Amino acid sequence: MSILSATETKYQALREKAEAKLAPLAAETIIWIGTATCGKAAGAVEVREAFKAELKNKGIDAEVREVGCMGHCYAEPLAVIAKPGFPAICYGKVDEGLVTRLVDDFLINDDPCYEFALVALEPNDVFPTFSDFPRGVYENKMILEQCGFIDPEDIDHYIAKDGYSALAKALNTEPQQVLAEINGANLRGRGGAGFPAGVKWEAVVKQVEKTRYVICNADEGDPGAFMDRSILESNPHLVVEGMIICAYAVGAGHGYLYIRSEYPQAIRRVQTALEQARERGLLGKSIMDNGFAFDLEVFTGAGAFVCGEGTALINSMEGKLGMPEHRPPRLSTAGLRGKPTVLNNVKTFAYVPLIMKKGADWFKNTGTAESPGTAVFALAGKVENPGLVEVPMGTTLRQLIYDVGQGIPGEKEFKAVQIGGPSGGCLPEASLDIPIDFDSLKEGGAIMGSGGIVVLDEDDCMVRIARYFLKFTQQESCGKCTFCRLGTKHMLDILTAITKGEGKLSDLETLRELAEDVQVGSLCNLGRTAPNPILTTLQYFYDEYKAHIEEKRCPSLMCPDLIAYFIAPEQCSKLCNACVGSCPVEAVYTRDDGLKAIDQEKCVKCDNCLKACPIEYNAVIKLSPPALLAEKEGSTK
Amino acid sequence: MSDVKFSIDGQEITATAGEKLLWVALEHDIFIPHLCGIREEQRPTAGCRLCFVEVEGQDRPVTACTLPVREGLVVKTRSPAVDRLVRTAFELLLSDHRLQCGKCPKNRACTLQQIARERGLKLKLTRLQHLQRDMPPVDDSTAVFAFDRSRCVLCGQCVHADQQVAKVGAIGFSCRGLNRTVSTFTGVDLEDSPCIKCGLCVKACPVGALYFLENK
Repeated sequence: MSILSATETKYQALREKAEAKLAPLAAETIIWIGTATCGKAAGAVEVREAFKAELKNKGIDAEVREVGCMGHCYAEPLAVIAKPGFPAICYGKVDEGLVTRLVDDFLINDDPCYEFALVALEPNDVFPTFSDFPRGVYENKMILEQCGFIDPEDIDHYIAKDGYSALAKALNTEPQQVLAEINGANLRGRGGAGFPAGVKWEAVVKQVEKTRYVICNADEGDPGAFMDRSILESNPHLVVEGMIICAYAVGAGHGYLYIRSEYPQAIRRVQTALEQARERGLLGKSIMDNGFAFDLEVFTGAGAFVCGEGTALINSMEGKLGMPEHRPPRLSTAGLRGKPTVLNNVKTFAYVPLIMKKGADWFKNTGTAESPGTAVFALAGKVENPGLVEVPMGTTLRQLIYDVGQGIPGEKEFKAVQIGGPSGGCLPEASLDIPIDFDSLKEGGAIMGSGGIVVLDEDDCMVRIARYFLKFTQQESCGKCTFCRLGTKHMLDILTAITKGEGKLSDLETLRELAEDVQVGSLCNLGRTAPNPILTTLQYFYDEYKAHIEEKRCPSLMCPDLIAYFIAPEQCSKLCNACVGSCPVEAVYTRDDGLKAIDQEKCVKCDNCLKACPIEYNAVIKLSPPALLAEKEGSTK
Repeated sequence: MSDVKFSIDGQEITATAGEKLLWVALEHDIFIPHLCGIREEQRPTAGCRLCFVEVEGQDRPVTACTLPVREGLVVKTRSPAVDRLVRTAFELLLSDHRLQCGKCPKNRACTLQQIARERGLKLKLTRLQHLQRDMPPVDDSTAVFAFDRSRCVLCGQCVHADQQVAKVGAIGFSCRGLNRTVSTFTGVDLEDSPCIKCGLCVKACPVGALYFLENK
């Protein structure tokens, strides 16, 4: 029993120290700025500096601190002001002007400027909190709960909020019990495939070889996906704690976080987290004085999408070409350096401490029977409120898009939702009531993927969308196997021809055959899933393909080779020159009667004139097929 | 290793457990198309995707070069699904291969021709367009042999011969995706590489990409 109590004593000491350090903060005014990469891109650094300058100039005693991402991308940059006597209030779309206003009115004069507030972070009588909004009703934050609310660069914030207590609890039990808890929770891998994490871990435990590794796959490469980055930047210790618990369960002595080099801030924050964990004895020779030894380091990926595939990731870590291998052997029998290896996604590890702390039953209370827990999505595209959202598994796509994302902006018509990135598919309106879980989405033709969701409206051409994703996978194909290297190229060529109006109907048959063969014949999952965007768009939006081929018409007016810009003389005004000035190639000219027209020979279809034309005229229109032009021009001359 | 009994196309076969099916089949004169397979390799490349066979109980064709034989395995080398995959993989390879057999030094001894003959496949493109792309000129810098990349099918037999058999290391794979190629280090001419002109790579080439210069 002495070892057990040593762990508990150690944790108690850490906890008390952290709480003692943070206690005085409650009496201080603190300004929290969301400086994950998303916030920085929106101007969070400028906001932070503006606050610091204002506070200094006006001699106010308040502290500016950085947090990660709250997931409300549409409102970035975000700032939270916690002033004693007031509920902590979050302000969205903060700029330098608002900084001055907040400092003057709120910090000096006690007026919280509710007109600029987004939400209050704690219940109060004056201002609504997140749970009062539709999004808050549907959201159920498990792994994102602390994101944006704790300082990712200070381990004491995490510890004070019960952090590492799950590790202490795990170390107080036997590894088998940890494994049983994860198995009991039916935690399925969040990297996309949904393979049960416990089964993976168990396979490693069964190996005779005792040198074992735990690797976190943070090579998030899907266009439009940013869940893993956000978690690593906002709450790295949650993932680190999950990895240590996993290492204890499977008996690993060393682990790596494989983070792509395009995520410099995530790499930095994780490294800081690892250093602080090591200082406090949470990593190293005897974790929490328990005798269990484990250490972690960051391995920086070199930017190949395919290295998110397990065997390619291992090859890249071993200094070989980042190319996939045939499986089996699986990583659980022969992974890094030929040793048994657990490879899980960032989110999968993030659930582990929560399951350890609250139990498998708590986890299974959320979500569906086969896919328990929550799903984290990077909601993007044509939605009113894009962002990082976490909803229970089983939530329908409709709820996600219309309730959480607040629907399509500008009264446009919904067309499709692209789910799962380049490996996923496009689902139409009729599929919106599919519950989001690993199995239902597969039946619909899409995949859960790692969680990217792009909403498309009537202005999006499905052939172009398919081509966009194919172009990505074709460029990211490693070239090792015939189907992926050459098959993706031929599929891309066919799609390109169709978007240029050069396709034949027989191409669609070839395209489908190729897509099906690449799906079955490729060596790894990059190739096997690359045709999904094509197969689903062929299935649900066949008419769009046909229109491109038979009528040379792009129904969404998006393919440059199949549209023409036309200025309707009856709507154009002699008094306005906006379009003429906007044209970069001098294709727009003034006719003898003062109205404007477009020289089709010169036009490069940049869309500038359409955007420049004032709303009261709305004279620039797009026509498809371009052959309509002759008719229009004939009738108006 | 113990012996196991299994069947290929109804023929009863005994072989050492764990041997890869491709080599066992070939030993018994059962043809399975293949380009990249190398028997000695612990971990097969499985890149050419031509050696698909059907295994009873598995819902999709599997590559024979990676399939260890085991007791009771029931294998068919031909099925509609296998034929379809082989036909597509073959046509994909042809779409990136200079098809002028009459002018090719490997004419009549080419593995592509053999596969076409055995499987009744055409040596021309029926569904796909030939990929138009820039190819480096033929490297005929050595007096012994030349390398024409426009005929290369990236099987890796030459790289294996050079690195594992001859132990020279003059050539290897470089670049990714469609640009993947066999080349010398930094792409210098073969004459300026560590090549010792042993000719093993030329003998290993199943197509006419590497060929001896007989009259130079």
